[in-house]
Amino acid sequence: MRARGVLRLVVAAFALVLSFPFYWMLLTSLKRTSDLYNVENNPLLFNEAPTLEHWRFLFVETLFPRWFANTALVGVAVVAITLVLAVPAAYALARLTGRWGERAGIGMFLMYLVPPTLLFIPMSRVVAVLGLQDSLWALVVVYPTFTVPFATWLLMGFFKSIPKDLEDAAMVDGLSRFSAFVKVIVPVSFSGLVTVSIFAFTLVLQEFVYALTFISSASLQTVGVGVPIYLVRGDVYYWGELMAACLFACVPVAIVYNLFLDRLIQGFTVGAVK
Amino acid sequence: MKRRSLLGAALVAPAFAYVALLVGLPVVLSLFLSVSDARVGSEETRFVGLANFAGALATPAFRAALAHSFLFTLISQILVIAGATLLALSLKEAFRGRGLVRFLVLLPWVAPISLGAIGWKWLLDSIYSVVNWALAAAHLVDPMNPPMWLGEPRLAMLSVVLVHTWRTLPFATVILLAGLTSIPRDIPEAAAVDGGGFWRTHFTITLPMIRPIVLVALLFGVVFTFTDMTAVYILTRGGPADATQVLPSLAFFTGILGGDLAGGAAISLFLFPLLLAGAIVLLRIARRSEVT
Repeated sequence: MRARGVLRLVVAAFALVLSFPFYWMLLTSLKRTSDLYNVENNPLLFNEAPTLEHWRFLFVETLFPRWFANTALVGVAVVAITLVLAVPAAYALARLTGRWGERAGIGMFLMYLVPPTLLFIPMSRVVAVLGLQDSLWALVVVYPTFTVPFATWLLMGFFKSIPKDLEDAAMVDGLSRFSAFVKVIVPVSFSGLVTVSIFAFTLVLQEFVYALTFISSASLQTVGVGVPIYLVRGDVYYWGELMAACLFACVPVAIVYNLFLDRLIQGFTVGAVK
Repeated sequence: MKRRSLLGAALVAPAFAYVALLVGLPVVLSLFLSVSDARVGSEETRFVGLANFAGALATPAFRAALAHSFLFTLISQILVIAGATLLALSLKEAFRGRGLVRFLVLLPWVAPISLGAIGWKWLLDSIYSVVNWALAAAHLVDPMNPPMWLGEPRLAMLSVVLVHTWRTLPFATVILLAGLTSIPRDIPEAAAVDGGGFWRTHFTITLPMIRPIVLVALLFGVVFTFTDMTAVYILTRGGPADATQVLPSLAFFTGILGGDLAGGAAISLFLFPLLLAGAIVLLRIARRSEVT
């Protein structure tokens, strides 16, 4: 049973190293500036009374709330486009198209692997032609290029797991296949749709390269670019505010991921896990 | 039957059209740009053949970035697979507090990478680094002359690699964990009864059984790491003196900030062979699992 003790130690060490930066963010965001920048202090302790000043500054004096609203707006629009395109496609690939559908599904998944860093230069031309430079609409148009493949792939696995008898029964009752899909399948897949929406939203929140490339006004930034690039004035880093902003953006996503993780992993490893 | 596949095609078409148009078109455009002399603001562009590729290969900055990209990907992914295997094996059995541990372990992956990286920039700050403070307290570094993690070429590369390892390790761990839980429990148990110790059982029996899924985790890791510029951009901007420049960040500095669209597009296209190789391996895994 010595192995068990070693395992405990391994787990504890990993958990500590992986999560320490977030603890450090919390600590930094609550410390007084004079405490942060005194090299004599033990940095792991509050050497002066904690303060909410950095949080107040972040929400009142900076563009952070604006960036949050921008991100939410883009996220909601992208999720809507993603669902409209991916739900019918995934259903068709799972049920209607047979062998070539399987291939098309894999082709769609491979599109997810095409990275922004391969596309951002030509994409910036496309955005310019569409007249969307420095507009949040550029992100709304471009982000579905990765959320749609991602969502189609996940939903395809999800629809396959629903018994066929369900629509068959509805069609015997006189519904067309299309209305069986809308009236029977979509309602029972509600939890799958929620999962996919949430993950598509977090992909938007995590995106950096396109937003950095297409948006140049400070007030139009998303959280992912605004915080690390525009919360820095010249060479001065406002570490207290920066860490508060990071923590505020990360923790809700982390909670959501933990709730829905198992479904995501199932979708990602379809085929490799039997 | 006919109507059914017609409806199928109609439902699939919008999604495929959208993606094909907005991914396919830029890919084609990227090929065109890479053989032209296009710059931001220039009206007319000429065909210059492979001059941009040849030009890139001839510059030391590009060759350094190419080498850094491979180094960055290789080292971080070796560390990730080793660490993730160990961690996944340790997390497999239920224990008290497993939910909390999973939450903590996942944090680096779910946090937007640009924000995780800025967190590390503060952890590795030249004056107020808590990492250096801890190392000094353990008498491992001289507090009067602490290491400049992001300021010295080799340390900067090491920092970027470690931050990327930190970021991608949780993803590999959860994928491996899914693989481990899909193995029937009685196989490792039988081996344990036969007298194999914990580590031997796992290294000779469990791990070979999940080889395909280890490969999947590795492929995702390699693709995401090789094509990422965020950690480098936030931590070092490719510096000091291009010491941490990788292909994607060099493409960004050349094509977007420098306005040399043609040169940037050519540099980006050097990412393509590795992506293609990754896609082919993934397809083979998918086909094999279809057959069995």
